[in-house]
Amino acid sequence: SPVLWGGGWSILSMASQMLGAPQHEVSQKGAFCSRTEESQPHLSKTDLTARISFFVFLFPWFGLDIGGTLVKLVYFEPKDITAEEEEEEVENLKSIRKYLTSNVAYGSTGIRDVHLELKDLTLCGRKGNLHFIRFPTHDMPAFIQMGSEKHFSSLHTTLCATGGGAYKFEQDFRTMGDLQLCKLDELDCLIKGVLYIDSVGFNGHSECYYFENPTDAERCQKLPFNLENPYPLLLVNIGSGVSILAVYSKENYKRVTGTSLGGGTFFGLCCLLTGCSTFEEALEMASHGDSTKVDKLVRDIYGGDYERFGLPGWAVASSFGNMMSKEKRESVSKEDLAKATLITITNNIGSIARMCALNENINRVVFVGNFLRINTISMRLLAYALDYWSKGQLKALFLEHEGYFGAVGALLELLDSA
Amino acid sequence: MDAKFEVSSSRGGSLTKLAYYSTVQHKVARVRSFDHSGKDIENEPLYEISVQEEITARLHFIKFENTYIETCLDFIKDHLVNTETKVIKATGGGAYKFKDLIEKKLGLKVDKEDVMTCLIKGCNFVLRNIPHEVFAYQKDSDTEFRFQTNHPNIFPYLLVNIGSGVSIVKVETEDKFEWIGGSSIGGGTFWGLGALLTKTKKFDELLQLASKGQHTNVDMLVKDVYGGAYQTLGLSGNLIASSFGKSTTADKGIGVPSGTIQLQCFILWQGEVQALFLRHEGYLGAIGAFLKGAEQDNPNQYSWGENYAGSSGLMSTSPDVYPMQRTRSGTFDMLEMDRLERPLVNLPLLKDPSTYIPDTVDLTDDAMARKYWLTCFEEALDGVAKRAAASQPDSIDALQRAEKFRQKYWNKLQTLRQQPFAYGTLTVRSLLDTREHCLNEFNFPDPYSKVKQKENGIALKCFQSVIESLDSLGWEERQFALVKGLLAGNVFDWGAKAVSDVLESEPQFGFEEAKSKLQERPWLEDSYSQWLERLKEGPPHKCALIFADNSGIDIILGVFPFVRELLSRGTEVILACNSGPALNDVTYSESLIVTERIAAMDPVIQSALREEKLLLVQTGSSSPCLDLSRLDKGLAVLVRERKTDLVIIEGMGRAIHTNYYAALKCESLKLAVIKNSWLADRLGGKIFSVIFKYEVPCK
Repeated sequence: SPVLWGGGWSILSMASQMLGAPQHEVSQKGAFCSRTEESQPHLSKTDLTARISFFVFLFPWFGLDIGGTLVKLVYFEPKDITAEEEEEEVENLKSIRKYLTSNVAYGSTGIRDVHLELKDLTLCGRKGNLHFIRFPTHDMPAFIQMGSEKHFSSLHTTLCATGGGAYKFEQDFRTMGDLQLCKLDELDCLIKGVLYIDSVGFNGHSECYYFENPTDAERCQKLPFNLENPYPLLLVNIGSGVSILAVYSKENYKRVTGTSLGGGTFFGLCCLLTGCSTFEEALEMASHGDSTKVDKLVRDIYGGDYERFGLPGWAVASSFGNMMSKEKRESVSKEDLAKATLITITNNIGSIARMCALNENINRVVFVGNFLRINTISMRLLAYALDYWSKGQLKALFLEHEGYFGAVGALLELLDSA
Repeated sequence: MDAKFEVSSSRGGSLTKLAYYSTVQHKVARVRSFDHSGKDIENEPLYEISVQEEITARLHFIKFENTYIETCLDFIKDHLVNTETKVIKATGGGAYKFKDLIEKKLGLKVDKEDVMTCLIKGCNFVLRNIPHEVFAYQKDSDTEFRFQTNHPNIFPYLLVNIGSGVSIVKVETEDKFEWIGGSSIGGGTFWGLGALLTKTKKFDELLQLASKGQHTNVDMLVKDVYGGAYQTLGLSGNLIASSFGKSTTADKGIGVPSGTIQLQCFILWQGEVQALFLRHEGYLGAIGAFLKGAEQDNPNQYSWGENYAGSSGLMSTSPDVYPMQRTRSGTFDMLEMDRLERPLVNLPLLKDPSTYIPDTVDLTDDAMARKYWLTCFEEALDGVAKRAAASQPDSIDALQRAEKFRQKYWNKLQTLRQQPFAYGTLTVRSLLDTREHCLNEFNFPDPYSKVKQKENGIALKCFQSVIESLDSLGWEERQFALVKGLLAGNVFDWGAKAVSDVLESEPQFGFEEAKSKLQERPWLEDSYSQWLERLKEGPPHKCALIFADNSGIDIILGVFPFVRELLSRGTEVILACNSGPALNDVTYSESLIVTERIAAMDPVIQSALREEKLLLVQTGSSSPCLDLSRLDKGLAVLVRERKTDLVIIEGMGRAIHTNYYAALKCESLKLAVIKNSWLADRLGGKIFSVIFKYEVPCK
């Protein structure tokens, strides 16, 4: 029965506790290694019936990705709860479900990306909606505190978490929230999440898309891309920093390289340069700025194209290079600086991605990560730059659920462990 | 100084580098034999010394910030005396940008040269001509910079040029190279962002500021993301996860940007990938542009030597190192290279030229030795300045110049105390050479000329009696007496303070007194028995190459009797002396006169000269030490022609400070008397300990 498969470690642990079976060690990578019938010889048929009813209380299904800047939380809201189940559902669980699904903002910083919600998803035999929630990492202590106040631990669930924060906050979860974190590998989760979401699609639409005519405002079009046969692909995850993975199959991938100049750099520099305080504000400023006042272009140095090496006059020769001059420093606006920061970071990522793609001989490059959220400027620039510098050989692809794949992967690990 | 011929400049986005070629007039000491024509007058000096003007070629490289472009052009205009120059070679982006300004201001046509071509040409030039040009940078190490020996084959390499932006080029041969990538995030970004984020607006001050900052206050590190658990993942917690990633949080620190941008050019060698840097990274474009302009004169056919006196050294990345010097170097940094009269090449007898390192102790590495030698040179400085002034009694400004010399060399020593790596690997040789360069800079071409003249005269008078007494000995006794004479002669070294003190206070100190100072056998390093065995049992050597050391007793009463014995055995002798003066070392021109006078007294020497069995050559060097990888090409040719099978290196500078560990393809003798108690102590002996090292290469 699929319901049984979906059980997860916590119910077994509860059941086995009740039945006097030994507890299983929580492994670092997955907590559910020994959950099969064979490994639980004590369970009888009648016990299995008991487990079915237990299973309902196994919710909530969470996947957590605690990054350097943002925490990404995916939550599966079951929509097929029977009256019987509803009756047995403990108060805590009910209130968590209600709290998460009836709000779009949590506290002052938590946000549910309603537009990303995946509806009528079947996950492990259950039907429901997948919700996408994010909040800043620096609010993690408050989140744990809340979990503690709401007696989350009484649900006897295991939280599957990935990202560096899974390590950093493990201790806090245990001591403050009485919760056992199950830490999962970041890159495993990311790839799992990407492949899964792409396969289920986005509420009937394509998850993956690309830009046609990316530099022509009039003719630029976002078009669906069929990633049915995805391998090999270069996966560029732009969070606070950047990781670049070459993916050859579901299990076969490698981290090619990375750079510390990522979304965190854009936002951090913007804060310092413009005094802005949110990512949205930084992007908004950037959209009104002109980076060519800040950057030194090839034509600023050579008067035109640098023909010998085929460099066009409009290419940036030195990012922020004009800011060496006092007059030019005094003539730029904060918007110009924000735009230049965005262009610098984006170009750098694009250029590294291009070199990796060349080295790995891969021509599809998928960009993900929260840096791209509401960031059309960067996406179009990446699309254009990749196309231009590779003379049409490379294609930049994007995914609708940008930064949530790690969290989705963590959730899948929870469910998929069999 | 007048600049002639060709001026070229490379203007990256931010700095202007100017390369020009000038002829430098400076004084040289010359010796000329008197016409004695039989009437040998007792008190007449042996030969005539004159100071003459000589014109040599020098390459200058200067670095300016772009804001000084007008000053730079004025400078060029003022020094451009040769009106035949109609074209100026320029490279870098600025060559395009400032074309009109340059043409208008100088009335010259600007010939734009391709940046990369110039850069690569320049890089090849410095790699070939400047020893210790290349170094590896070691973070968190006592020795910040590790210099590399020049590899005979420089290709292929990857050139990563970090100017305002970054270019990456693969260089395969002199003419074959390919641009393989780049980045807009370069020096301009560091400067631009730095100027926006801090109150500091000058590039160099920004670097200095960065060196004081803590980037971890701004950057998000792996340990910030992972907490304390990163170790279990095999990650270094100090890796940066997100640059500036911490600047977003509430407490923003003080906003000092991280100085992680290394403004150096680095190249990657074949095989093991290693990040290497160049000492003169900033000048490559200008040097290349210059070389392109000078193609008809082909500077590549000459050898060049870095002039330590005229070059500002490499700066440390550590904070608070001579802030004054740093500031100055930011706007004005220079390199001077003297064109050497003759090309320099490897001694063909070097066992492995690619691994040969002349210097015995790396003072950059050895802090104790460094401290000692710097102090030693400091303490000797007053004496050297005094002697320099005394050497020109007729000059009215000699005292002033001597004082300027003293100041300059003192400052160099202080710089080296703080930044031992400023001019490449610091060695006793580089300290000695720098002193010679500084003396030349202030027109003291040969402070010991009169001392040498006098000592040569005195020694010549004793020559015959020394020969007579040697000839009266039996063969075996004579061999030992010859070696002892050679060693005793080597005591007469004005470069050693212990000796110069004795020579100053006891003018009658002579050959016999020196012999009595020598250590008794067994010597500190003693393979005399093997040498004697070799002379007894083996066939005579085909040809011996001797590197001579001091003037006077050393060359005349020590070396010449030894040479005479070799000649009598049927061994040809090539006697190599320095091309230019250094301390009281015998120069090539002095050796010619001395030999002529000895030949007049001694038939063995006379016939050997006539039959070209005794050959006098110059080393191409003006150093008290010896670099066997940079020797006069004529010497190398002769060594090969005569099938030289024995090399004799004499003196502390040539056989201990350098070449103590040099491996040769043929038999060699390294002889010296240790005239410095610290060094003697270090080698496990006392002052006036003897080194007699006879080596036979293993088959």
